[in-house]
Amino acid sequence: MERKRHLLGLEGVSAEDIQVLLDSAETMIEISQRDVKKVPVLRGKTVVNLFLENSTRTRISFEIAAKRLSADTINLSGGGSSLSKGETLADTARNLAAMSPDAIVIRHPSAGAAILLAEVLDCPIINAGDGAHEHPTQALLDLFTIRQAKPELKGLTVTIVGDILHSRVARSNIYGLLTLGAKVRLCGPPTLLPPMFEHLGAELHYDLATAVRDADVMMMLRIQRERQGHNFFPTLDEYARYFCLTEELLAEASSDVIILHPGPMNRGIEISSGVADGPYSLMMNQVANGVAMRMAVLYQLIIPGHDGIRGSEIPERTPTSATG
Amino acid sequence: MSSQLFDAAQLRRALTRIAHEILERNGGADGLALVGIRTHGVPLAGRIAESIGLIEGGDAPAVGAMDITLYRDDAGQLGSTAILHPTDVPFDVNHMTIVLVDDVLYTGRTIRSAMDALMDLGRPAAIQLAVAVDRGHRELPIRADYVGKNVPTSREQKVVVELTELDDRDGVFLQEASHGA
Repeated sequence: MERKRHLLGLEGVSAEDIQVLLDSAETMIEISQRDVKKVPVLRGKTVVNLFLENSTRTRISFEIAAKRLSADTINLSGGGSSLSKGETLADTARNLAAMSPDAIVIRHPSAGAAILLAEVLDCPIINAGDGAHEHPTQALLDLFTIRQAKPELKGLTVTIVGDILHSRVARSNIYGLLTLGAKVRLCGPPTLLPPMFEHLGAELHYDLATAVRDADVMMMLRIQRERQGHNFFPTLDEYARYFCLTEELLAEASSDVIILHPGPMNRGIEISSGVADGPYSLMMNQVANGVAMRMAVLYQLIIPGHDGIRGSEIPERTPTSATG
Repeated sequence: MSSQLFDAAQLRRALTRIAHEILERNGGADGLALVGIRTHGVPLAGRIAESIGLIEGGDAPAVGAMDITLYRDDAGQLGSTAILHPTDVPFDVNHMTIVLVDDVLYTGRTIRSAMDALMDLGRPAAIQLAVAVDRGHRELPIRADYVGKNVPTSREQKVVVELTELDDRDGVFLQEASHGA
């Protein structure tokens, strides 16, 4: 039987696969600019959006993407599903599988949820964010947005600032950027940037001024207000004093620096309004590119035959995690 | 085994003839545009447009390029659909007479897909079809308006159009099964 392709994360996904996905998104952009924003390629296919954690833009982005490819979409969210009645994720997934979906998009508060689904189901699984693990389509659209502004990703210096520890966006971006040959700097308070991140191949910075210097791309992460009071940093004001990207700091970056933010942003905390609204800010491009990128992912996982992308491998379980 | 159906000069003459036929049929080049189907239809469309420009002594008609992968009726059955190319039709197709251009007309399924793709871009006044080679074996009620050469073939054979824009040389070749797909 043909191996099902998954996108569980960007860890282990080859540079060739990433390039094919980014190139395909280029084609999808053109479709989104037409009067008739629809192509028939996924006609008769069913995409299930299983969103078990709050999300507006990612869910809508996946839904529009599937519809523009003519797929039928089914949306399930936490409250309305049988998970709220005590069913396990694996059992919910098996029930979904009985309806023969052609792909399942999953957002879940626990790391590893997408992998669990890929283990039990015989259908392509797309991770739309699992806990603090990965959010590969967000990273792909970030890579795509960077590539639109700077054609060669190899050799670029990309600085990611903020709550690296809890950020699945940062993790996926680190894997993708390093695979494509970019240099990655991470910056944040030591409580949110543990030394283990160095093992992935990134540079660690605790001072924003040095992290900004000559950077080609600044990627600002959202500070989750709910983390205040958990001893990661004393107050939002203090965080902003050290890690808010201002126009003054940005002057030290490369002259054609671009700014990315996965949204929703906190003005005045991780990013000043001047920077957020400045000409180098590509946040609105990110949103538009998100639909095209997700169209590319759905197409590549559902349609091409043996010479298509490989996608993610399902990681081997260690004996301890198998019982956990 | 491979035999040559057209050399470079014969191909050039055939395309020039097609340019004349397009002008004759449409009474000039007004409201006319060409759309090549990727990959080999695109340079062919460019050459025919250039020829039309030379004959009429004015600007060559507009030329677009179309990738029909997302419109195929056999998506998922073929292996080689992973690489997508952008569709680039940089003009308004509404009320235009669009000449679709492809290298080889075979089952007609590619042309069906291309017509669907074109209609999603607007409502052309008319769609016509020009091909370098018509090799028969139609599976749909589709025929070409302009044909470089009609070639009777068996399904085991393969017709290959080579163009300097994409390949080493200009020419049309008929390959036997052992060399073919």
